[in-house]
Amino acid sequence: MPRDILERLAGPPEAIETSRPAADEVKQTTCYMCACRCGINVHLKDGRIRFIEGNRRHPVNRGVLCAKGSAGIMQQMSPAKLRKPLLRVGERGKAEFKEIEWEEALALATEWLGAIRRTDPKRLAFFTGRDQSQSLTGWWAAQFGTPNFAAHGGFCSVNMAAGGLYSIGGSFWEFGEVDWERTRLLLLFGVAEDHDSNPIKLGLAKLKERGAKIVSVNPVRTGYSAVADEWLAVKPGTDGLLVLALVHELLKSDRIDLDFLARYTNAPWLVRRDDGLFARDAEGRTLVWDRRTDAAVPSSAIDVSPRIVGEVRLADGAEAVPVFHLVAERYLDASYAPEAVAARCGVPAETIRRLAAEIARAAFDEAIVLEQPWTDWAGRRHATMIGRPVAMHAMRGISAHSNGFQTCRALHLLQMLIGAVDTPGAWRYKAPFPRHMPVGPKPAGKRTAPETPLGGSPLGNPAGPEDLLVEPDGTPIRIDKAYSWEAPLALHGLMHMVVRNAWAGDPYEIDTLFMYMANMSWNSAMNPPEIIRMLTDKRPDGSYRIPRIIYSDAFFSEMVAYADLVLPDTTYLERWDCISILDRPIGSAEGPGDAIRQPVLTPDRDVRPFQDVLIELGARLKLPGFVDEDGRPKYPGLYPDYLVNHERKPGVGPLMGFRGPNGEPNPDQLRRYVENGCFWRGRLPEDALYYKHANKAYLEAAKRMGFVETTDQIVLQLYSEPLQKFRRAAEGHGPIQPPEHLRRRVALYCDPLPFWYPPLDESDLPLAAVTQRPMPMYHSWHSQNAWLRQILSKNRLYIHRATAERLGLADGDLVEIESRNGKVTARVRLSSGVEPGTVWTWNAIGKRAGAWNLDPAAPEATEGFLLNHLIGELLPDGRLANADPVTGQAAWYDLRVRIRKADTATAPSPRFETLRPPEGISPAPDIVRWNP
Amino acid sequence: MTALPPPGPKKLGLVIDLDQCVGCHACAVVCKEWNTGGHSAPLPDRDPYQKEPRGVWLNRVHTFEVDDESGGGRTVHFPRSCLHCEEPACVTVCPTGASYKRAEDGIVLVNAETCIGCKLCSWACPYGAREFDDDAGVMKKCTLCIDRIYNETLEEEARVPACVSTCPASARHFGDLGDPDSPVSRLVAARGGVDLMPELGYKPVNKYLPPRERRFDAPPPRAKEEETEMGGFLRWIDRVLSR
Repeated sequence: MPRDILERLAGPPEAIETSRPAADEVKQTTCYMCACRCGINVHLKDGRIRFIEGNRRHPVNRGVLCAKGSAGIMQQMSPAKLRKPLLRVGERGKAEFKEIEWEEALALATEWLGAIRRTDPKRLAFFTGRDQSQSLTGWWAAQFGTPNFAAHGGFCSVNMAAGGLYSIGGSFWEFGEVDWERTRLLLLFGVAEDHDSNPIKLGLAKLKERGAKIVSVNPVRTGYSAVADEWLAVKPGTDGLLVLALVHELLKSDRIDLDFLARYTNAPWLVRRDDGLFARDAEGRTLVWDRRTDAAVPSSAIDVSPRIVGEVRLADGAEAVPVFHLVAERYLDASYAPEAVAARCGVPAETIRRLAAEIARAAFDEAIVLEQPWTDWAGRRHATMIGRPVAMHAMRGISAHSNGFQTCRALHLLQMLIGAVDTPGAWRYKAPFPRHMPVGPKPAGKRTAPETPLGGSPLGNPAGPEDLLVEPDGTPIRIDKAYSWEAPLALHGLMHMVVRNAWAGDPYEIDTLFMYMANMSWNSAMNPPEIIRMLTDKRPDGSYRIPRIIYSDAFFSEMVAYADLVLPDTTYLERWDCISILDRPIGSAEGPGDAIRQPVLTPDRDVRPFQDVLIELGARLKLPGFVDEDGRPKYPGLYPDYLVNHERKPGVGPLMGFRGPNGEPNPDQLRRYVENGCFWRGRLPEDALYYKHANKAYLEAAKRMGFVETTDQIVLQLYSEPLQKFRRAAEGHGPIQPPEHLRRRVALYCDPLPFWYPPLDESDLPLAAVTQRPMPMYHSWHSQNAWLRQILSKNRLYIHRATAERLGLADGDLVEIESRNGKVTARVRLSSGVEPGTVWTWNAIGKRAGAWNLDPAAPEATEGFLLNHLIGELLPDGRLANADPVTGQAAWYDLRVRIRKADTATAPSPRFETLRPPEGISPAPDIVRWNP
Repeated sequence: MTALPPPGPKKLGLVIDLDQCVGCHACAVVCKEWNTGGHSAPLPDRDPYQKEPRGVWLNRVHTFEVDDESGGGRTVHFPRSCLHCEEPACVTVCPTGASYKRAEDGIVLVNAETCIGCKLCSWACPYGAREFDDDAGVMKKCTLCIDRIYNETLEEEARVPACVSTCPASARHFGDLGDPDSPVSRLVAARGGVDLMPELGYKPVNKYLPPRERRFDAPPPRAKEEETEMGGFLRWIDRVLSR
């Protein structure tokens, strides 16, 4: 066809405006579509969001952004946003509310809470979910005087926090990082999309480009496991056994770093054979046996030659052995040999042996020597830094089992044995870690009294039975039974048990349950149908068993329906916020860091930032610290005022950066943060970047910054004495002992050396069932997101092809998944990327019909499902939490199920009444044409 | 039918690394986000909160499982968008000239002003890379972020397609595949980058880097004596260590 005809048909060529400005204005803030805390540039046009991109200068994400972050626009546009305070007018659970003014809402909350504080502050249970303001919320609880506070760490990953804090004074989670520039071998255990989401992706790319090897140990092959060089399809809950088999192999072949162990760990410390405690001198100092003098000397002595095996006799006649002796004795045992564990783990013995050899090769044959002089804690100069380029990272797949604490300890043991803790090429601490062990402070709350602050933080780290929060008869003091004999190291509380315990009045009844951003009637609960029953259950007199529920959320989540009073929160783009050094900062291995959020949009509805509301309630209740001597609000400017002016001690406030010359509050601080992209980063000196646990330059810097109290060496703990103290109490020693029914349990699980045991809820059901977080949808709240839900709006149960064949299942078949707790119907998807004895599905896709202002016919409600309904919140004994016996970590991943083919005649289960969005929330639109 | 311009030296395109793509959908969502307010604005979403949400996406990520003989298998994440073919059938079938290939950089675009929504181009494209906006009645597709890559109001580092700038796994690269010395061309050469379905003859400009070989290289077994028990843990009794 002649060209001129075409051109006439087409008209003039398209004029493309290639340099159209994307925005009138760009504001920088911190993302909150997940817990990663990436820096974002929010491009605004006519006051609307045109584009959200990663901040290229931000240390966390360096310009990249994940799917969730880019979908922030649609979070802001969610039709499920709450619009005004709500007061319940119908029955609980019906979502029948009337809108009220803020003044009425705050007056009501003040009246309810004030009455509690005047009588028995414990009767307030204040639990927060996925917020990042725990240093404020925890302090508020302490000033109120209730020990019943925690955030959601107990059902998130407290096992990783506790396992790390009691072993190496730091932890995985986002508190450490891989030495991405130097590692040769990375081992991921139970890591799917999780905390540190973008940094891990950025790091994996670096490893790929350098040709470093990535091994992923995970029953499911998604995401990181899919791109790993090697995927080990471990059976859920057996990682600890696998790790200890690696330990066995490395010990057996003597491929361990004895110099590192002698210098930096408690391997040479003497343990008394009689009580299992560390041998100590008259001054209470721990001891090692010096070969040269053939005598016990304080373990802090330098230039001694400690023995690491062999029995010695102490001055008092008792026998003692070095910690390493106990380590070798235990793990050289044939029960930890690869052959002995292979079937149980689902990993062949030869693979375990090869992996051990690969670890040894990378650690020792490919050791790194950094030409970086440094000075150790004792003042001795070293010309180089020796590195073991084997890094490990572990997360939820380890954590969410009832053996997760000891499994996490096993991983840290492995790291210590090969000298791969904060050495070049290994896993590294992020500031403000490491900390001296036992890590302080202790949990407060042994005594509570009307109108009296708690006198400390409700959450802390017990060092022994004396730090537990128990009555003399062993009864838990806290409503969630944290820090009791049921969960002595429950460092993050047990949010998952609060509703049940409050309902049961066990250990006592409460008056008000006050919650923030925690979807406890749905995907944040184990056993939601039962939790829903408890939230709505009444006494014979018609009153609710849990008398009052105050809830704050930005959206119409499943939990809103169960509140008596709803305090509507803003979105993350509408408020000031703080990623605080007192809480969960954005430090790195190179130095400390923190960040803020600034409001980039003004709310178009009558909502307030929860942190503002909390500070206002604190002032109305006249809580100490929230009012001045005259009873006037101390932070009239609310949260931003608090962020700048609040101090825990002189020079220490929520934010570290841009303070006054002597650390005092700087009225210009927030503006300085905003100018700097809403973050602050400090930089450690070059000689302080590794060996932080024993590095003088680091320890001195850390002391100056208030991260540690002393510049003493932080000795890594292969053997954990606090655990032995709990065990010893259980064996009948000391004034504080567990109640009879818990003795055996405490003695068994509080083992001072890591060990593996089968998950507590191991039933004879044939399949393990776990979830994975989908990368584009981190939390339940993403289902209201018009873009993200187009990626995933229903979930399938993934099952191995061979297993499906055995069960006569074809792709897409409807099945009934049955556990000891209930039944759920789902459709299967056949896969080869799953361990054959495991089934899995995406986390938190299933929604209750009508919640989040989705059409009740939305696939989230009709085809989405939760495994939560199958998970009992109690162990089969009906008394104890379905949780790790040491930390109280919710044991989501211990779930065992049976699957049978169902048909369309099978009633879908479970069934819930459709929720109707409350007054003020308009029906969702049927088309979105976003074009600011 | 629309004619193609004479082949030019410049062939802008993407190189997508299937070895590094973790399937996070960051590229798909940022594409949606940028382009719903960009050259092809808006990219509407029908029934966004209802039973069958369906919107216009210029980039989508698919996940496949590939089983191999050894039973190993792998999961591959596969981002899919317009490949800006050198000989694109989607252009030559266009009855109005709305679908066209730029001479200066090889980018394939749709002129919304002259698109009549006949969908011939989407039938012609074997890669399924076109998306029909039934709200506006026009065809939409990847523009290679033409309103970013030349946009002088953006910082220089930002002048790449949105998907490239955001990919957390560094699995996406942008550049001139017509220049054999460009970083993207060198990357393709080094990693054995491939055309998608080359047998169809459309000569896609975008390239995919295949997954790297997996490595299971076992270190040589240790010397025999080191494997023996050596008297169990007492072998360490005489070890001289220092603190």
